[in-house]
Amino acid sequence: MTDRSPLTLQDLPNSYIGRSVPRPNTRRLAEGRGSFTDDLVLNRMAHVAFLRSPYAHAGIKSIDASRAETSPGVIRVVAGEEMARHCTPWVGVLTHMKGLKSAPQYALAVGRVRWQGEPVVAVVAQTRAQAEDAVALIEVDYEPLEPVVDMETALDAATPVLHPELGDNLAFERVIDAGDVDAAFAEADAVAEEVLHFGRHTGVTLEPRVLVADYNAGAGKLTVYMSTQSPHMMKNIFARHTGIDEDDVRVVSRDVGGSFGIKIHTYPDDMATVALSVMLKRPIKFVADRLESFVSDIHARDHRVTAKIAVKDGRITAIEMDDLTGIGPYSVYPRTSAVECNQVLNLVGGPYDFANYRAVGRVVLQNKNIMCQYRAVGHPVAFGVTEALVDSAARAAGIDPAELRRNSVVPDDAYPYTAASGIKFEALSHQKSLAKILELMDYDGLRAEQAKLRRDGVYRGIGLAAMIEVTNPSPMFYGVGGAHISARDGVTIRLDPTGGVTCATGVTEQGQGTEAVIAQIAASAIGVPIEKVRVVTGDTETTPYGGGTWASRGAGIAGEAALQAGRALRGNILEVAGAMLQAEPDRLDIRSAAVVDVETGAERMTLADLGKTVYFRGNELPDGVSPELVATRHYSPRQFPFAFTNGIQACWLEVDPDTGFVRLLDFWVVEDCGTVINPQLVDEQIRGGVVQGIGAALYEHC
Amino acid sequence: MDPVRDISLTVNGERVTARVEPRKSLVDFLRDDVGLTGSHVGCEHGVCGACTVRLDGAIVRGCLTLAVQADGAEVWTIEGVSDSGEIAALQEAFLKRNALQCGYCTPGMLLTAAALLQENPRPTRAEIREYLSGNYCRCTGYQAIVDAVVAAAEGATS
Repeated sequence: MTDRSPLTLQDLPNSYIGRSVPRPNTRRLAEGRGSFTDDLVLNRMAHVAFLRSPYAHAGIKSIDASRAETSPGVIRVVAGEEMARHCTPWVGVLTHMKGLKSAPQYALAVGRVRWQGEPVVAVVAQTRAQAEDAVALIEVDYEPLEPVVDMETALDAATPVLHPELGDNLAFERVIDAGDVDAAFAEADAVAEEVLHFGRHTGVTLEPRVLVADYNAGAGKLTVYMSTQSPHMMKNIFARHTGIDEDDVRVVSRDVGGSFGIKIHTYPDDMATVALSVMLKRPIKFVADRLESFVSDIHARDHRVTAKIAVKDGRITAIEMDDLTGIGPYSVYPRTSAVECNQVLNLVGGPYDFANYRAVGRVVLQNKNIMCQYRAVGHPVAFGVTEALVDSAARAAGIDPAELRRNSVVPDDAYPYTAASGIKFEALSHQKSLAKILELMDYDGLRAEQAKLRRDGVYRGIGLAAMIEVTNPSPMFYGVGGAHISARDGVTIRLDPTGGVTCATGVTEQGQGTEAVIAQIAASAIGVPIEKVRVVTGDTETTPYGGGTWASRGAGIAGEAALQAGRALRGNILEVAGAMLQAEPDRLDIRSAAVVDVETGAERMTLADLGKTVYFRGNELPDGVSPELVATRHYSPRQFPFAFTNGIQACWLEVDPDTGFVRLLDFWVVEDCGTVINPQLVDEQIRGGVVQGIGAALYEHC
Repeated sequence: MDPVRDISLTVNGERVTARVEPRKSLVDFLRDDVGLTGSHVGCEHGVCGACTVRLDGAIVRGCLTLAVQADGAEVWTIEGVSDSGEIAALQEAFLKRNALQCGYCTPGMLLTAAALLQENPRPTRAEIREYLSGNYCRCTGYQAIVDAVVAAAEGATS
C-alpha cells in the first residue's frame, strides 16, 4: 500500500488518535432509546422462570409439577431428565490445564443439586409473572446431603466427594518451584508471613443476564439475542449442545448493560432457555432477576493465601505461597475455573526482581455457586498478596516500604524479563512508574504528616500497589486447550457511494468505548472525519468471526485489525483515484474525506464522488481497473502469550481505631498505557476499575 | 380482589388507558404495556434507581410503585423528557463528559439529576453525591457523572 506521507498517523489531518472524541451511540442511551435485550419483544414470545435449589447439596427424590402445569398461562414445565435429551451436558476443562478435572454439568439438575440456586425445573408461560406463579406450585422432595462449604476441609478424607466419578474434590493443582527458596529464606535478613483471605465477589451488572432464543423450525435456524461479550463463542456452544448446525446459529448481542467478565460464561439457565426455544419452536425470553443473579452469576476471588517473603540486603529475594481456592461444584465452561488460580501463581511477585519462588495452587470443588473469571482475573488477589507481603517485609526489615519497592522492582532496562513464575514480560516500566507516583502523591510529605498525626492519635495509612496487567491473550490462552474462543479478530471496512465508511468487527461494546476506538482508528487510517464512520458490532451474521471483548482485547486486537484494514482500504481508494486522475497513487493522499495532492493538499476529488463513480458509473473507469472499496484485515497476537501493561496505585486513608471505620482521603494511579487512543475513555476505565476495587476492598462480599 | 383493574393516566403527555393486574409494577407497565423501554429494571427492590420515573412531578422508583397507583396520575419517562427538550442541557453535559458507559443506569441517573437541579440549581459536589446515592452505576463512572451534573448546573446558571 501507499504510505509515504511525511506525516505519521498521529499527525495526519483527521487523526483522532489521542483525542477524546465522544463515543458514537451514546446519545440514544442518554435518551432511553437503547436496545437492550430485555427491550426486545417477538411474536409468540414466551417467558421462562426457574425453580432453583434451596439446598447447597441434596438428592432429588421426586418432582411434582402437576399443579404448575395447570397454572394459568403455563405452556410447558420441564425438569432435568427431559432437558438432558435436548441439551447435552458440558465439561469445563481445557487440555493445556494439565490435570484439570470437572464433571458433566446439565442445563437442569439431574438427580442431585450441588449449589443453592442451581436450576432444577423450568416453567414456560405466557408472562414471566405466570411462570413465577407456577414455579411456586412445584413440589420437590429433596434428600438433604452434607454440604461441602469449607474449602479448607474440601480435600479431607472425611469430606463427601461432590462428584463420585472424579474420586476427590481437587479440580486442579499447580506447583512452581524456581531457584532455591529454602536457601533464600535461610540466608534472609528478614522474613515476613501473612495469611490473607479474599471474599467472594461478583460483577453485579446493572442489566442482569438476559437472552431471547428464537428457533425457527421452518428454516432450521436458531437466533439468540443475548447480552454477551462473546457472540461467536456462544454460537459455537449453543450449536454444540443443542445439535443444531453451527452455521445455522446466529447470536446477536445488542446493547449490553455492563459485563465485567460475567457475560462470557456458559450458564445452565441460558442453555435451558435455548433448548426450550428449540423444543417449543417459539421465542423464549429469560431475564435473571436480581436475586437469581446473586446465586447464579459467576462469583470470583474466593482465595485463602498463606505466604511468606524473604529480604536480604534491602531487596526481596524469595516468595513462598500456598493458594487455596474454592470454585463451587463445577469448573465453568468453556474457560474453566482454574484460570484465576493459575493467574495468581503467574503474577504473585510479578513487579519485583527475585529468582526464588515456590507456589502451590489448589482449586477445590465445593457446594457453593460456581466461580470463574471476573474483571482483572486473578490480578487483585495476586497483587493484594504481593503488596501485603512487601509491606510486612518492609516492617520486618525496618526499611521504608517505598524504598524496599525501589530496591526490588524489575529494572526498566531488564526486558524481556522472565519472572520466577516462568512468565515472560516485555517493556514494562516499574521504576519510572514508582518514581512518578511517589512524586505525584508527595510521598515524603505524606509520611511526615502521617508521623505527626499519629502523635495526635490520628491513624493514617499509605498503601502502594504495583501491578502488571495481562491483556490481549494469544491462542495459547484458550484455543490451544480446545476451546472455540477466537484469539483473532477482524475488521471489515467499506466505503459506500455516500462517502460514508462502515466498520464491522467481531469485538463487542459494553460501555467501555470499543466502537469509539474502532471509529477513531479507521477514520485516522483512511483519512475521513469520524462523523462519516459507522461501527457495527455484536452480530455473528454480519461481523467477521472473532473472540469478542474481554481481557482488554477490543483496542489491542480489533484496533490493530482496524488500522490495517483502514490502511488497506486507503491504498485501494488511492489506486482507483490514481487511475481516475491519471496520477501516481503515492502522489495522492486522503484528507477530510477527499483525495488530495500529497504535496499541496489541493483537493482532487471527494470520496463521495469517487464512490459514486465506482458504484454507478463504472463505465467511466479506465480499462483494467477493478476497484475494491472493501478491505478486511485480521490480527492475532503471536509473539507473546499476552500484551502486558503495568502501573502503580497509591492510597491515603484514615482509620478510626475505635470503630474501624475507614475514610479514603486520596488515591493516585500511574498507568503505562502505551499509545493512548482516547484519553477520556482510558481515564474512565481506570477510574471505574479503582472504584470497583474500592467496593471489593471495603464493601462487597457474597 | 378483582384480578385486573382499569387505569387511566397520562404518560409523557399522552392519555393511556389499560387493564392491569394490581400486582404489576409501574416500570413493568411502562415497559411491557406502553412500550417505553427506556426505564430499566436493575434490582426490583428499590435499591439501584435504574427504573426511576416521574410521577405527578416527583421522581419515584418504578419497581416500588404499582401501576394501579398511577391511576389518574401524570407520568414522565426518559423518552418524554428527552423529546420535550427539558433535560437537553443535562444530557449534553453527560455526553460531553462521557458520564455514561453501558448506559443502563443513565435514564434513572438523568431523571434524578434533573430533580436535584430543580430543587437546588447550584448543588455542591457533596450534595450531588448525596442526591444521586440511590442510583447505582456499576461501571462506576460516578466521578464523571458528578462532573456532568456540576457542568450542567454551571451552564444553566452562568
